[in-house]
Amino acid sequence: MTGVVVTGLGVVAPGGIGVKAFWELLCAGRTATRPITAFDASRFRSRIAAQVDFDPTLAGLSHREIRRLDRATQFALVATRETLKDSGLEPEHLDPTRIGVSLGTAVGSTCRLESEYLVLSDTGRQWTLDHHYAGPHLYDHYMPGSMAAELAWETNAQGPVAVISAGCTSGLDAIGHATDLIREGTADIMLTGGTDAPISPITLASFDAIKATSPTNNDPEHALRPFDRTRNGFVLGEGAAILTLESETHARTRGAHIYAHITAHASRSNAYHMTGLHPDATEMAAAITAALDEAKLPAHAIDYVNAHGTATKQNDHHETTALKTALGHHAYQTPTSSIKSMIGHSLGAIGAIETAACALALQHNTIPPTANLHHPDPELDLDYVPHHPRQQHLDTILNLGSGFGGFQTAIILTRTGPP
Amino acid sequence: MTTTAITGIGVAAPNGLGTENFWTATLNGRSGIGPIQRFDASSYPSDLGGEITDFDPADHLPNRLIPQTDRMTQLALAASDWALADARLPPGTYEPTQMGVSTAAAYGGFEYGQRELHNLWSSGPEHVSVYMSFAWFYAVNTGQISIRHTLQGPAGVLIAGESGGLDAIAQARRNIGKGTRLVLTGGVDSSFCPYGWVARMTGQTPTTDDNPAHIPAEGGTILVLEDPATARARGAHIYGEITGYGTTFDPAPHRRGIPGLARAIHTALADAHLTPDDIGVIFPDGATHDSTEAQTIATIFGPHKTPTTIPKLMTGHMNSGAAPTDLATALLAIRDQVIPPTPAPHTTPNLVTGRPRPWKPAPALILARGKSGHNTAMIVQPASSTHG
Repeated sequence: MTGVVVTGLGVVAPGGIGVKAFWELLCAGRTATRPITAFDASRFRSRIAAQVDFDPTLAGLSHREIRRLDRATQFALVATRETLKDSGLEPEHLDPTRIGVSLGTAVGSTCRLESEYLVLSDTGRQWTLDHHYAGPHLYDHYMPGSMAAELAWETNAQGPVAVISAGCTSGLDAIGHATDLIREGTADIMLTGGTDAPISPITLASFDAIKATSPTNNDPEHALRPFDRTRNGFVLGEGAAILTLESETHARTRGAHIYAHITAHASRSNAYHMTGLHPDATEMAAAITAALDEAKLPAHAIDYVNAHGTATKQNDHHETTALKTALGHHAYQTPTSSIKSMIGHSLGAIGAIETAACALALQHNTIPPTANLHHPDPELDLDYVPHHPRQQHLDTILNLGSGFGGFQTAIILTRTGPP
Repeated sequence: MTTTAITGIGVAAPNGLGTENFWTATLNGRSGIGPIQRFDASSYPSDLGGEITDFDPADHLPNRLIPQTDRMTQLALAASDWALADARLPPGTYEPTQMGVSTAAAYGGFEYGQRELHNLWSSGPEHVSVYMSFAWFYAVNTGQISIRHTLQGPAGVLIAGESGGLDAIAQARRNIGKGTRLVLTGGVDSSFCPYGWVARMTGQTPTTDDNPAHIPAEGGTILVLEDPATARARGAHIYGEITGYGTTFDPAPHRRGIPGLARAIHTALADAHLTPDDIGVIFPDGATHDSTEAQTIATIFGPHKTPTTIPKLMTGHMNSGAAPTDLATALLAIRDQVIPPTPAPHTTPNLVTGRPRPWKPAPALILARGKSGHNTAMIVQPASSTHG
C-alpha cells in the first residue's frame, strides 16, 4: 500500500488570500472576525463574521467564471490554482485518468441559491410562475456535485471526482476519501480539500435559531474565544483550502517537495443528536484511537493537536474530554490550539484549512496559537497555546473535527512516512 | 477489491412503496409517473413527475421526527428501516462502532430549504426553524439514519450528481474492506417544490421530451451491506455480492478526449475479475442525451448480445436514488431468476421488452452517468456460496 503525501497547498482564508498571507495571520495571532459587511445583518442575533476580502477579478477569475460560479466554488478554484502551482504539477503533461477530485463542502452554493430565490420569489413576497427569471446556472447551484466537476475541468482530472459533505467535518473527510483512493491505487494525484461561503442571511438565521454563533457584536475581534471561560459560540467564517495529495512513489519519482504524510484518517458517528454532543465524548475519542491504530503510533507520539475548538460551551468541553480519554495523561503535555479563534468557522472548508495549517506547522516547526484566550476555564485544563505561536520541533500532528450530524473525525499528519 | 454481501433492501419508488410493491410494479410494467400533485405545476412547461403518492410520514416515523425532516429524509428513514428489517439482524450482532452509514445526496432537503427561505424573507430571521441548520444540508440522511439505528462507525456522504448513489455504495464497500462489519448505504432524493422544479428547468435536461428517464422523480433505495464472512456466519440471506466498481470523469467540454464511460465499465470488470461475456444483464443509465452509452455498450458487449433493461422508464429519474434502485432491481432479478422488461421505447440496444424474461442469474452491470460528466459502473453477482 503506497504512502500518501501532501505536495501542494492553496488557501483562501479571512485575513488574506494565499498560503503566505494565511500563515502570517496565524503566526501573528491576529483575528479576522469583523462586523458583517456582505449584507445588512441588523436583524440577526449574531452580526459578525470572518469574511474573506475577495475580489474575484483580482484573484484571477475570468468574467465567465465569476458569472457561472457561486462564491464557494470561486474560492475553491483560486485555491486549486495555487496548490497546482505550489506542487509543480502540470496537468497537461500527466495521465488525466490518474487524477481525481475530492472536495468537501457543508452548504454548497447557498449564497447563489438564496439570491436566486429572492429573484424567483420577489424577495419572499410572491413566487413567480415565470421560470425565465431563473439564472442560467441555477441547476449547477442546486446540484453541488457541479463544484467538484469545476475543479476537474480546471485540472483535467478524469479519475474519481466527488463532493464529500459531512457537515463541519467535510474538509477532513474529503481528504480522508482522497487518501483512500490513492492508497488503494485508484488515483496517483488527488486535488482535495474543502470550501464554503456560508455568510448569507439563511445560514446566519439557521445558526441564530439554535444560538450556536456568538452574540458578541460589540467586540467582533474578540468574539470567538475557544477554551475561554467566557466563550459564547462560534463566529461564521468562509474560505477554501485545496491540497495536492500524491502517492509517495509518484511524488518521489518527480522529486516533489513533501510537506507531510497523511498517515491516518478515521471517523465515527455519535448517533446521538443532529446538533448536540454526547457529554462523555466516547465517539470522538474512538476516532482518535482508531486513527492512532491506523498510523501505528502511540498516544505520546502526538506533538500537537489542531483542535476543532469552536468556542461553543459544549464543543470545547467535549473535545477536551475526548483528548483526555484517547491520549491519557499525554493530553496534558500536548499543545492544543484552535485557529478558528482567528479565521472563524467556515463549516465544510475549515477542516481542510486546518490541515493546510498543520502542513505549514510541520514545515516551520511552529504551532499556531489560540487567540482570545484570556480567562482559563477551570474545567478545560490542557495546554491551549494562548495568544502567541510556539516554536517547537514537530513530527506528528493530530487534526480533529466534529460536526452536525454527529460526525467525529481525526486525521494524523506526520513528517515522515510510517516506519 | 473486497467483495461485499447485500443482506437487506429497502426501496421507496414512485411505482411502489416498499421493496415487494416496487418489484411487483416493475415486473408488471406499471409506471409511477403522472401529473404532480404536491404543488401546482400546471403553469410550467412540464408538470409530469415520478411522485410517491402513498407515503404518509406519520405511518412510518415518530411524531417528533416529522417537523425536523425534509421529505427526502423521511423516505430515507423509512427505507433504512425496511432494509434493516429485511436483513433480519439479531440485536447485538455487531457493536455500534462496527456499523456505519454512507449515503449519497443530490441537492439535500430542498423543499425544507424553500420553506425556511420563505419564512426568513416573508417574516424575518426569528421565524426560521430551529431544525433548518441540518434539515436541508446534504449530510442529513446519513446523520439521521445513524441516530435512528445507533450506527457509530464511519459515516459518509458522497455527492456526484446523478451517479453519486453508486459511489456512496462503493464507499460503504471500501469501509467494509477496512473492517466495518455492516453499512447502511444508498441514496434517496426528493425536491418536489416550486424552487426545485424551476432549478431543474435550468439544467440541460428538457422535461418535455418523450424519454421518461428524464422526468424528475423522488425516492431511492437503502441497502444493508455486510462483511460476507460474518453475514454467512450468522446465516443471513445474501441477495448478492458487489464485486466490481469503477468511476471516471469525462474530459472537460473544451478539451478533446475520450468519454470516460468505457473506462468505468472496464475498471469495474477488472475489479470483479470478469470479462464482458460474463455479464448477464445490463441496467444502463438511459437518461443522457448523447449516443455515448448505447455505442459504448454495443462496442464492449456486442450489439445484440447482453440483455439490457431500463426500469427507470417506469419511475422517472430519482437522481442519486436512481442507480441504487437499479442495483436493488438487479438483486431481485437474481433472486427471482427473471429480468424485468423495459416498458417504453428507448435507443439502447437489446432491450428486454414485453414480458419479464426468465434467466439464469449471472453478474449484473449497473451504469450511472451524471450531467457534469460522472460515469460510474458497478457489478453485483449471485452470492458465491449460500453456505459456509
